[in-house]
Amino acid sequence: MALLEVKNLKKGFADTDVLKGVSFSLEKGQVLAIIGSSGSGKTTLLRCLNFLETPDEGQVFVDGKYLTGTNLSDEEIRLNRLKFGLVFQNFNLFPQYTVLENITLAPTLLKQGNPQDIQATALRLLEQVGLTQKKDAYPHQLSGGQQQRVAIARALALSPQVLCFDEPTSALDPELTGEVLRVIRGLKDRDNTMIVVTHEMEFAKSVADVVIYMADGVIEEMGTPEQLFEHPRSEKTRSFIRGAQQAF
Amino acid sequence: MFLPVTLQLLSGFAETVKIFALTLIFALPLGLVVAFGSMSRFTPLRALTRGFVWVIRGTPLMLQLMIIFYGPGLLFGLPSMARSTATVVAFTINYACYFSEIYRGGIESIPKGQYEAGQVLGMTKPQIFFKVVLLQVVKRIMAPMSNEVITLVKDTSLARIIGVYEIIWSGESFIKKGLLWPLFYTGAFYLIFNGVLTILFGYLEKKLDYFRG
Ligand SMILES: Nc1ncnc2c1ncn2[C@@H]1O[C@H](COP(=O)(O)OP(=O)(O)O)[C@@H](O)[C@H]1O
Ligand SMILES: [Mg+2]
Repeated sequence: MALLEVKNLKKGFADTDVLKGVSFSLEKGQVLAIIGSSGSGKTTLLRCLNFLETPDEGQVFVDGKYLTGTNLSDEEIRLNRLKFGLVFQNFNLFPQYTVLENITLAPTLLKQGNPQDIQATALRLLEQVGLTQKKDAYPHQLSGGQQQRVAIARALALSPQVLCFDEPTSALDPELTGEVLRVIRGLKDRDNTMIVVTHEMEFAKSVADVVIYMADGVIEEMGTPEQLFEHPRSEKTRSFIRGAQQAF
Repeated sequence: MFLPVTLQLLSGFAETVKIFALTLIFALPLGLVVAFGSMSRFTPLRALTRGFVWVIRGTPLMLQLMIIFYGPGLLFGLPSMARSTATVVAFTINYACYFSEIYRGGIESIPKGQYEAGQVLGMTKPQIFFKVVLLQVVKRIMAPMSNEVITLVKDTSLARIIGVYEIIWSGESFIKKGLLWPLFYTGAFYLIFNGVLTILFGYLEKKLDYFRG
């Protein structure tokens, strides 16, 4: 059974339909890359999965557990959120906390173990993202790439079953994207299940097990990187990929 | 002459400091409650709170003092409160409304991403507010709050109007003895007090300098 199952997800705002029925599934340990032009609904999809938006219709299952009931209480929504992690485009670190505190804050508040264990986990994650020596720094003392790596460690500290990234390198200077992509690549090797919205085609090609091309709120095409990038079936997909490659 | 005058002014100044301190103790938290009311998603509560804040900010504190002190007796034949109690009540309501607007401005200036980061990390709403947002708000509102607090020091002199023996009155009481300078001398008390507060706020701002946000 798939770890994540999304069925016919729909979401609209006031007068626009943004997601018009999105369905896909993801196996444990798989990496899904989502590509698509700006405004196609990629962020909205991730926000629905993380319950920052309430879908109008459709279902989300994680590990067979149905998450998108109607009239969920705040507490149920909060618990549902813990199945997912989200790394934002612009990091959203907590400025008043050190790097280490940013990572330990939520596990501590949620009482996910004793303080020593939480601390030890945080230090291990910091090592994993290569920032051990920055543990006592404050976010404003870090480069964008470093901040994003902290944000990744912070999300990992809660061991989400599906970790989502919304254009994790879009806010970074080009020379800093590599370090963040390397960290994400490393997570795949550790069997994390991930959804990565990205404009980095080479990255999507090399890391993803499945690629989705989104256009106008629907999945225009879905397949292995090989299928999607080398043999796109849809004309729309083909022209998007050609355009993206010419941009480099 | 100087020492006895100083001692008597000090007794008036004690009342001034008392009004100041009690007002802060009650108005600082009450302002937060009012701020939440004025940001409530429940429209009637929001409208009511904003209307109330509008009335309080739109009318003179001196008038509010008189209404709270004389009002219950004149309107309902109730016994009036002690003068100093009425003063603290009026000041607390007035300052809570001013503080609430400062809080609201501060809270609304915190980027949505801070709340969302807390949410996706599974924090509860109170945890997000108290552990993530509050200190950032405090840092942002330091300057307007120090303005308000310094104004409060001087506003305590309004209590004179309902017969509270604060420092202005104690200075004024020397006039009938033919001494004018004690009244002017009261200014020095305000200046020194506000000087101390300015230093205190400077210290707090420095304390919060360790982060940007
Ligand atoms: N909160 C919102 N209110 C109204 N419209 C929104 C909101 N969020 C997103 N949209 C609209 O939804 C569409 C898709 O946005 P988004 O999911 O951010 O796309 P993408 O991430 O693919 O660029 C856009 O047209 C955007 O203007
Ligand atoms: Mg987006």
